Amino acid sequence: MNDFVATVIRGLGSGSIYALLALGFVIVYKSMRVISFAQPAFMMAGALLVSYLVGSMSFFPAVVIALLLTALLGAGVERVALRPMIGKPVFVIAIITLGVDIVLRTVVNSFIGLDIRQMGDPWGLGQIGVLGVKIDERHLATLVTTLIVVAALFAFYRWSRTGLAMRAASSDQEVALAQGVSVGRVFSLSWALAAALAGLAGVFLSTGIGLEQNLWLTALKALPVIILGGLDSLGGAVVAGLSIGVVEALVGSYGGDLHPVFGGDFFLVVPYLLMLVVLLVRPYGLFGTREVERI
Amino acid sequence: MSRPLLYLSYQQDMALLNTPAKRGWTLALAVGAVSLPFVLTDDLLVVLATACVAAIGAIGLNIVTGYGGQVSLGHAFFLVIGAYTAAAISGDPDSTRLIGFGITSLPIWLLAAGLVAGLAGLIIAPLAARLRGLYLAVVTLGLVFIGEHLFKHWRELTGGVGVGRPAAVPELFGFQFAVDGAMFTKAQKLYLLMLVLLVIFGVLARNLVRSRTGRALAAVRDRDLAAEVIGVDVTRYKMIAFAVSSFYAGVAGALLYVMIGFVEPGSFNLGMSVQYIAMILIGGVGTISGSVLGALFITLLPRITRELPAVLPFISTSSGSGGITVFQVETILYGLLIIGFLIFEPRGLFGIWIRFRTYWKSWPFSH
Repeated sequence: MNDFVATVIRGLGSGSIYALLALGFVIVYKSMRVISFAQPAFMMAGALLVSYLVGSMSFFPAVVIALLLTALLGAGVERVALRPMIGKPVFVIAIITLGVDIVLRTVVNSFIGLDIRQMGDPWGLGQIGVLGVKIDERHLATLVTTLIVVAALFAFYRWSRTGLAMRAASSDQEVALAQGVSVGRVFSLSWALAAALAGLAGVFLSTGIGLEQNLWLTALKALPVIILGGLDSLGGAVVAGLSIGVVEALVGSYGGDLHPVFGGDFFLVVPYLLMLVVLLVRPYGLFGTREVERI
Repeated sequence: MSRPLLYLSYQQDMALLNTPAKRGWTLALAVGAVSLPFVLTDDLLVVLATACVAAIGAIGLNIVTGYGGQVSLGHAFFLVIGAYTAAAISGDPDSTRLIGFGITSLPIWLLAAGLVAGLAGLIIAPLAARLRGLYLAVVTLGLVFIGEHLFKHWRELTGGVGVGRPAAVPELFGFQFAVDGAMFTKAQKLYLLMLVLLVIFGVLARNLVRSRTGRALAAVRDRDLAAEVIGVDVTRYKMIAFAVSSFYAGVAGALLYVMIGFVEPGSFNLGMSVQYIAMILIGGVGTISGSVLGALFITLLPRITRELPAVLPFISTSSGSGGITVFQVETILYGLLIIGFLIFEPRGLFGIWIRFRTYWKSWPFSH
């Protein structure tokens, strides 16, 4: 039983990383109707900045500065590569973000190098016992931070003027423009927010285990998460992120002796399989809004 | 009937080579392509042969994405199916480690690879037909990961990660393509073989897209609801697009590693799918000749960047010696090209060609 609880909490830890990433995807999708494939690059950039900054300051200020820089990077990318494309087919814009990802990630990788970079975080691989269950401190820290960030984000969307502007722009850009919302600023802000969230996810992902080049593949797990939760649902992203994390951890712990054909690392593809199954039943995900079509 | 551009029937207008200029240039291009083996060195010919194969795959992707409007990031999944079907059929039947049937005849394993991949496409299609736009893109991306996992672990078929297995053996009625002969070297024979196959599959695709099916696909791409209203069976044509595209991918996958002679399951990843997307975007979405141009361009890109350190001394050829390496330059260039083409020339290389052609057609008058 303790084993089971520990597994679930480990799953919630990695699930909150997926949730943070997925929130970034959803924020960009809500503002531009585009899936930004550049999220993995922002994730790596955020983690990389922290790993360099901790050389001259302690962990927490380093994270704050790194996230601000990543947000700036996100807004910059939006201004340079995506603003000229407004009004073009979404497929084209999505592929541009793929191009951005390739360029940014190559640059980031050249700074990471071939070794593992340490993050200098206070948790490391330490564990604490709660009611006899051994939990990684970093998983607990990830979960708590994610919950705080999600609450702040929802409050921002619900109650702030800018949040209202963002919701307005997402539901109808032209009407929002007519009401005096600067849609361009909404785009910038969405990209900045998404980049910062991805950066935060990257920081937590590489705490303890360190930062290395292949970590970017984790960011792609957020794709099944957003499809599962529905592309335009913030709540869906969080729920789906956490549940995919837990399912993945459970399969990783208990599914090892399913069948040799599946392989020991079967849990790596579980998110994608789950996505396929859910889409067979619900083509717009669990919480996504169905597109209304007129000729 | 002496006026060259006067068409008296629909067939004439829709003909593949409907102008004298097209006939002339196509002939020149064909002569040029066939004479290349006698001009170029063998290592360049191998690159060009790979480009021909990549072009077949790119044509396949263009049918589903460019003509059908269904964004697929799952091309690598169908390529890997083709590659291993072909490798297994032509593999050594006595091997204890790997599945093999020992049928090395090229038409047999090539068609089988295409059909198995096409069948896989047909199985995926009903799911894909329910989804639209970016949902589909992400689902097909998921396919790549599932396929990669499956083929990494199915060791009897693929040989496993980092080990791999020999690729299919190209043999036609007892004639071996992958062996140096008395008259031709291996590279020359393989290049000519791939060129002929590219022409065959290119003409087939061109005929498909100018037929009723092609028009139906274009209608689905432009507005699927409107297409349904005018009587196009959207689900059926989406399935056709997927099946044909996967067939092409299977064929390309079967041939892709024939030049190297070795196929490894780890190489069919998301990067490969993106590469094919880049080919059709840089070449020209919704054109067959654009697919070929894009495939040539992307396949030759590493070869071109490899020459860069000689010109620009700050680029180093090996990692670890400081500065930026050729590989980093290549990747960055590749990403920038994708972004640049989409922003400045969305119709790709084919669009540049069209602009060039219209300019000289009406020269010296600008309109």
